[in-house]
Amino acid sequence: MSLHAQLALQLGSLDLEVTVDADEGETVAILGPNGAGKTTFLRVLAGLASIDRGVVVLDGAVLDDAGSVFVPPERRPIGVVFQDYLLFPHLSVLENVAFGLRSRGVGRAEARRAAADSLERLGLADRAASKPRQLSGGQSQRVALARAMATEPRLLLLDEPMAALDQSARGALRRELRAQLASFPGVRLLVTHDPLDAAALADRLVIIERGEIVQVGTFAEVAARPRSSYVAELVGVNLLQGVADGDHVRLPSGATLVAPEVVAGDVFAVVHPRSVALHREEPTGSPRNVAAGTVENVELLGDRVRIRVSGPVPLVAEVTPSAVSELGLVEGTPVWTAFKATDVTVFPR
Amino acid sequence: MPWLAVLIAFVGFAFIALPLIGLLLEVPWGSLRDDLTTPEAAAALRLSVVCSLWATALAVLFGVPLAWVLARVSFPGRSIVRALVLLPLVVPPVVGGVGLFYAFGRDGLVGQYLYDWFGIQLTFSTAGAVFAETFVAMPFLVITVEAALRSMDRRYEDAAATLGAQPLTVARRITLPLIAPGLVAGAALAWARALGEFGATITFAGNIQGRTQTTPLAVYLLLESKPDVAIGLSIVLLAVCVAVLALLRDRWLGVG
Repeated sequence: MSLHAQLALQLGSLDLEVTVDADEGETVAILGPNGAGKTTFLRVLAGLASIDRGVVVLDGAVLDDAGSVFVPPERRPIGVVFQDYLLFPHLSVLENVAFGLRSRGVGRAEARRAAADSLERLGLADRAASKPRQLSGGQSQRVALARAMATEPRLLLLDEPMAALDQSARGALRRELRAQLASFPGVRLLVTHDPLDAAALADRLVIIERGEIVQVGTFAEVAARPRSSYVAELVGVNLLQGVADGDHVRLPSGATLVAPEVVAGDVFAVVHPRSVALHREEPTGSPRNVAAGTVENVELLGDRVRIRVSGPVPLVAEVTPSAVSELGLVEGTPVWTAFKATDVTVFPR
Repeated sequence: MPWLAVLIAFVGFAFIALPLIGLLLEVPWGSLRDDLTTPEAAAALRLSVVCSLWATALAVLFGVPLAWVLARVSFPGRSIVRALVLLPLVVPPVVGGVGLFYAFGRDGLVGQYLYDWFGIQLTFSTAGAVFAETFVAMPFLVITVEAALRSMDRRYEDAAATLGAQPLTVARRITLPLIAPGLVAGAALAWARALGEFGATITFAGNIQGRTQTTPLAVYLLLESKPDVAIGLSIVLLAVCVAVLALLRDRWLGVG
């Protein structure tokens, strides 16, 4: 089983042109900022939007070829977990899960029995008669997944499956969702803007920006060598563009970085925020990369503080809260950034 | 200044309320039961119930698909079609009656064929009264249902489609239940309007007791000869309107 989607379409200001292949048993995450075209891509696969050019093939069967073939959504072997889950508010949980089988011609009693079985497996047997509004976020997610999987689709699409959940509950629910996804035998594709979801749930990432694929790979690959500032920010690293000459990288601002490798040409330089130290006075010592800048933004992130520094070498530094108070770092504070040449990873653009 | 506004507001309120109070004060409560069971009153009430329910049923049958097309299908001239459909809301009912006469009357645009081919004559028939009521009532149904269709979350329909539901199944199991409150409100408004219809009915269908003389027509006719019966019938119509308002209070009066 496999999915091959190579498509182009224009919708409002969005110009989507992507090619995505996915295999059976694989979870692929489509990751990108809002408006990048992720949800539109999902809607195309589900048959809820049509394409201008290209082809969508699932298990060798053409679903859409932008011309003679267009299989409508109700005849595609595709299950969708929508953003906000979209459980039918006027139907009970049991009727929601039974809806797909009923629509595909299975008798009422049999469809209900199958729905009851799947609710039982999910530990939701006692909620079968409830209306969707009486469910918690996590329960809604499980019901939505059960509803989408009830018809045994060959492709499962999930649109921002964690977005509707409380931040505090996400960790546990992410693990649970991962286990449930593993039990689904077909192709799994999820859309998210949250790198944590992508890292936890997907085997492979496809990163879309402004309707185009900017990078494909495992989370580790993408994190090691981000190919755009969006991806770098997503995985939490600093990405600097410049031109390398020997062990120096010249940035557009004119500043130079000292890097460990000897390369040449257009390069990306990656620096992890934890490698960046902050000083109030110009530091003297082993770090070869020292630059003056101004604190632009201070953001508390768990037990760490992310400090965005603007200047000729724009960077994000990750420091402890005590360092922030000792150095008196607030927006507008002039600071020096420092990191070692060995903390810089350089790779060609 | 606020006192002046309050004073003027009170005058406005009194203007609306006084006729209702005047009507209530005149109600012959003691003989109401007898008044409403006189042959004229009983026939008018029975006919009103039958005609208004038929008109409501026709308005729902044709109005829901019409509202759906207006809400969901994009076609050139849609705003003109919508304007035409809603025109009976503002057109004087008498004018509507004249229009119906020249469309469905015995010599009318369509009416001549109805008569020649099927022997159907709508003027001076109960069916004519139903036509007149449907004509004035349907816009209420269409406008309410179209608003409900536009405000519902269409992604539920998408979800149903991905679960394998054919378009008709989606309409029956998802769309209609989700717009049910709007449909009920629209049907109630249409029914109330049909029940009170006067001008188009008397112009197009005439004023024949037991056949086209609905309650409002009977009220008008009996006000001179049997005022107590006329007032009794009026109070029934008023009570129905109050009931409809009570049904719709959550939607329109902002009381929850």
